[in-house]
Order: sequence, then C-alpha cells, then structure tokens
Amino acid sequence: MDTVCSINNLARCLVEGGFSPDLANLLTLLGGVVLVATIPLVTVIFLIWIERKVAARVQDRLGPNRVGPVGLLQTVADALKMLTKEDITPTGADKFIYNLAPVIAFATVILMWAVVPFTPLHIGADVGIGVLYFMAVASIGTVKIMVAGWSSNNKYALLGAFRTIAQLLSYEVPLVLSLLIPVMLAGTMSLQGITEAQGGMWYLFIAPVAAFLFYVANLAETGRAPFDLLEAESEIIAGYNIEYSGFKWGMFMASEFLHAFTAALFFAIIFMGGWWGPFVQEVPLLGALYLVGKTAIVYVFGLVLRATVPRVRIDQLMALNWKFLVPLAIANVLVIAFLIQVLKALGLMPVPGADIIAHLPMTVVMLLGNLVIIAVAMQVLRNQGREEKMAQEARMAARQQRVVKEVRTPAGAPVGD
Amino acid sequence: MALVNEWAYIGLFFAVAWIFPLLPIIGARFLAPAKPNVIKQSTYECGVETVGDTWVQFKVQYYIYGLIFLVFDVEIIFLFPWALAYNQLDFFGFAAGLLFIFFLFDALVYAWRKDALEWL
Repeated sequence: MDTVCSINNLARCLVEGGFSPDLANLLTLLGGVVLVATIPLVTVIFLIWIERKVAARVQDRLGPNRVGPVGLLQTVADALKMLTKEDITPTGADKFIYNLAPVIAFATVILMWAVVPFTPLHIGADVGIGVLYFMAVASIGTVKIMVAGWSSNNKYALLGAFRTIAQLLSYEVPLVLSLLIPVMLAGTMSLQGITEAQGGMWYLFIAPVAAFLFYVANLAETGRAPFDLLEAESEIIAGYNIEYSGFKWGMFMASEFLHAFTAALFFAIIFMGGWWGPFVQEVPLLGALYLVGKTAIVYVFGLVLRATVPRVRIDQLMALNWKFLVPLAIANVLVIAFLIQVLKALGLMPVPGADIIAHLPMTVVMLLGNLVIIAVAMQVLRNQGREEKMAQEARMAARQQRVVKEVRTPAGAPVGD
Repeated sequence: MALVNEWAYIGLFFAVAWIFPLLPIIGARFLAPAKPNVIKQSTYECGVETVGDTWVQFKVQYYIYGLIFLVFDVEIIFLFPWALAYNQLDFFGFAAGLLFIFFLFDALVYAWRKDALEWL
C-alpha cells in the first residue's frame, strides 16, 4: 500500500486506486504502447534534420539553418506546410489501395519498435521470436511499395514497384541468413536475450562478416543509397511515390527515414550490444542512452555513405546479391557453425554471463575464421574483376581495329599513326 | 500470463500504429484546399500525355527472382529452429545442418548455371 507508484508497478497502483484488475492491466499496456510508439514520431523530426545537415556538410553547403536554432525546426515547418497542401488523386488510380499505401508504410515501421529492448528493464514486448517478428514486419515494407506503385496508374510508379520486387525480395535472403549467426551464438531469438548474451563481447567482433551482411542487406531493404533504385530520381523521377502529394507523400518520406533509423537501431541491438555500457546494471535507464548513441553512430555512417556513393545499376544490384552476398552468407553460416563445434570440443565456449576475459579466446578464434572468409571473398572478387577488365579491354581493342579498318578502306590510302 | 501480456501489447501496438499515421492524413483533409480539375489530376509523365495502358505485363525476370527468393526464404525459416538449439547440438547436428545448407546451395548453383541470375 505504501509503495511509490512508478512505471514498474503502475498496474498494481491502479488496482489499489480502485480500478478492476483487467482494466488496470489494459491501461498500463496502452500507456506503454503510446509511450513507445511516440518515440519514433518524435525521432523522425530530428532524423530528417540530421540527414539534411550531414548531406549538406558532405557537399560543402550549410543545410537548413533559418527555422529555429541551427534549423532544428525546419522539419516542423515542412510538416505544417504539407498539412495545408492539396491532396491529389490521379485519374485511374485504385483509390482505396492508393490511400491505404502511406498508412501501411508508416504503420509497419512503427510496429517494428514494439520489440525493441530499450533498457535492461522490461519496457515493451519481449517476445520469444523477436528476430522473426523483426523480419516479418520489415518485409511488409515490400507490400507498401508494391501497393503504392501499382495503384498510382503511372508507368514510372509501376517501374519503381517492379524494381522493388526484385531488390527487396532478393536482399531479404542475405539479411535472414546473417541473422542466423546471432541466434546461433545467443541460443535465443528474443532481442532482449540476444542483447543480454552480448555482455562479454559484442557480436560485431565475434561475427564481423554477419554484421557486414546485415548492414548491406538492410541498406538495400530500406532503399538507401547506393541501393535507392526504387525511387531513382534521375531515372524514374521518384518511383513508387511519384503521384503522391501533401501529407501522404510526407508519410512515405517519413517512413523511409524512420525505416533507415530502425534498421540502424536493430543493428545496434543485434551486433553492438544494445543497451550494454558502463554502470548500466546500476542505472538501467542509461541503457536507452547507450542504445541511442550506438544507433546514431550506425545511422550517421549510413548518411555519409548515402552522400558519397553513386547509385548502382539494377543488373549490378542483382549480381552483387545473388553471386556475392548470398554465397558469402551461406559460407559464413557454415564456418561459424563449424567453429562453434570446434570451440565446444576444446571447451573454450564461455558460459552465459561470463565477462570479457572469458570471451577473449572465443573471439580470437571467431575473428580468425571471419578473416579467412574475408580473404577468400576478396580473392574471388579480385579474380573476377581482373577477368572482367581483360574481357572489356579485348572488346575495346577489337572495336578500335574495326574503326581503323573502316577509315582505311574507302579512302584507299593508309592512315598515318 | 506473461506471454499473453506480451502479445496483448503487440496487438495494442498494432492498433496504435495504424491510428498514428491516419490522424494527420485525416487532419489534412480538413486543412488542405480541394480544387481538383482534369489537368491537375492527369497522370504525371513530365508533361507528356500518357499513352496506352499502365498495367502492362511484367518482365519475366522479376518472376524468376521471385521464385528463387521463395525457395530460399522458406528453407531459411527451417534453419532457425536449428540455429536456436545449436548450442545443445553435437557434431551430428552440425552435419545435418551442413547437409541441409548444401541442398540450399545446390539450388543456388543450379539457378546460376541455368543463367536464371543474369539480368537480361
């Protein structure tokens, strides 16, 4: 009775305050849901600002700096402007699906936040199949782009949707394969469990190849440069969202930024130890701060990447996935599985909850295994690159000879070199 | 009880996640002007009038990638229980997984040799 009411015992407090237990439970849950679901909405305002600032700095500009301090309120101004923009539905569009698509887009991205373990404390849902939930919800993102592109009755939009099928479906394969490694190492699919298992050592150091695959596949899944083919401005104008205007267009943009941030968030949870950091066991709320910090590092890295690399062609995109990333992911699973068996036979596998010293032998063995994979992959790439270069040079030489011959024949006189 | 609560939370989250994006879109309906006309609502194609039907046939390559994806994705889902229990498996468990992944890889090699992975 004399306990202090806080987030942890809110339900009990409400019951003591006269609510029925069921209603109290529901209210607590609803409070948690609204709290967690609001975080992405607030985050996205700053994400767009950071995105524009970083892109501007890379291109030697200033970026937004007029509205609010250092332009922080620029996105708020943009949102207000979008609210007052006319909403155009093109003729021939499939109205119901056309209006549904932006809602699907944003809803699916918010849904991913349901299983995020922010702190060692229990906030949000800790379902036993967290990794599968993440993949399932993330792949609904494919549906939103298909639906938007198909229902717009616009050829550019449809082209964007076509590319989506090819790109997003393909890159899901290495994404899922790379997620096998953390599940194997942690022995659980719950995201809270995977985070806890990284107390001794981040999986980024134990399985760098898996982390690389997860990062690249996520770049493609979220449609970020250099894989932003589904909305290539210079080829198909804006791709799937070309016909959208006003706040529906805004929903697509916001969901794209938020999806990229969410992908970085899951990278931080699965490979960078989530909420782990100094003193996190004593002050659990610090965990959320560490998690956001790690996510920011991953996200800003993606922004710089976006501002510096050119867009790939679709055949290159598919070849990179099916001929490089997927074989690499399969080889990675096999090597890690083998190494775990070897480590177990040698008795070097650390017990759950062991400290960093106990993890060192395992990390060294795993790192060496990963280095072998990287070396082999680099050698294969090098050989392939050399072959392609030689084939191209042969083609160029043949063309030059043909040109010289064509010049010589009609004139009848040899052309001087 | 705890498990039910987890999924109740996700169920509630599902409802809230749909309401949040709906609110500004409905709000925009009251705030935004609505003066539609034929030219404004025509299909945008850089000012050129659109020709023919939009909903054309797909390039067959997209279907092939879709099929390969389906094979892989279904098989990888079967790998998750294996990965989940991997810490308790002995060497036989590793060999069984190896065999399964070998067949997976076999399908990729087959598709590769049949030129299904070339973008034509």
